[in-house]
Amino acid sequence: MITVRFFAGVREALQTDALQWPHRPDLTVAALRTQLADLDPLWSAQLGSARLLMCAVNEVMASPETALNDGDVVAFFPPVTGG
Amino acid sequence: MFSVRIQPSPLVAADAQAWLAAAPGAGAVVLFSGLVRDEGDQVQTLTLEHYPGMSERRLRELCEQVAARWPLARVLAWHRVGVMTPAETIVLVGVAAAHRREAFEACDCLMDRVKTEVPLWKKLSGPGGDGWVEARDRDREAAARWHPPVEDKR
Repeated sequence: MITVRFFAGVREALQTDALQWPHRPDLTVAALRTQLADLDPLWSAQLGSARLLMCAVNEVMASPETALNDGDVVAFFPPVTGG
Repeated sequence: MFSVRIQPSPLVAADAQAWLAAAPGAGAVVLFSGLVRDEGDQVQTLTLEHYPGMSERRLRELCEQVAARWPLARVLAWHRVGVMTPAETIVLVGVAAAHRREAFEACDCLMDRVKTEVPLWKKLSGPGGDGWVEARDRDREAAARWHPPVEDKR
């Protein structure tokens, strides 16, 4: 399984901070994002390709092409605004 | 050499200054404080969300990368999370070095990168409601000034 986490505006809109998602062979960050966006219109609005999001895999910044392994923790979040 | 904190309790600039100034060989300390603006009474509270674990790790990595680029005796990055009110301190970043030029540059670089590379998000609440702060192009442009010489080796 993949653990998927959400932060800030994405977390708030989805009313979800984490979920478990089945790992499949050749899963990438982009493919996971598409699968989640296809769940329903709310998820599509938050995770669809029109939305600018950052992604981390196991707490390291990742790109859409990053391959996912079973047990990985993937986080999706809006561009950061600290400082 | 490094002091990194993410904490819900108030940040004390005098503590940061004292730690930096105690660095062996320090001839220059630059300490930046970022405060909550009231935006003409439009802000009642600022709430900082973070990604626990990753936020501390990114702060430490940025400190290490800045120390690899300039000759620094100490590097500090403290960020507050949770709910705060106008005039409270959100962030402290600072460096101690032998001379002022590298201290100014290193502190400037560290702050630009903290704003764009650490998983932290601001939400403002005021009389008009509340909303998440959008990332700004000028912050990204400011951080880009320091690339590519500061390599992210991960």
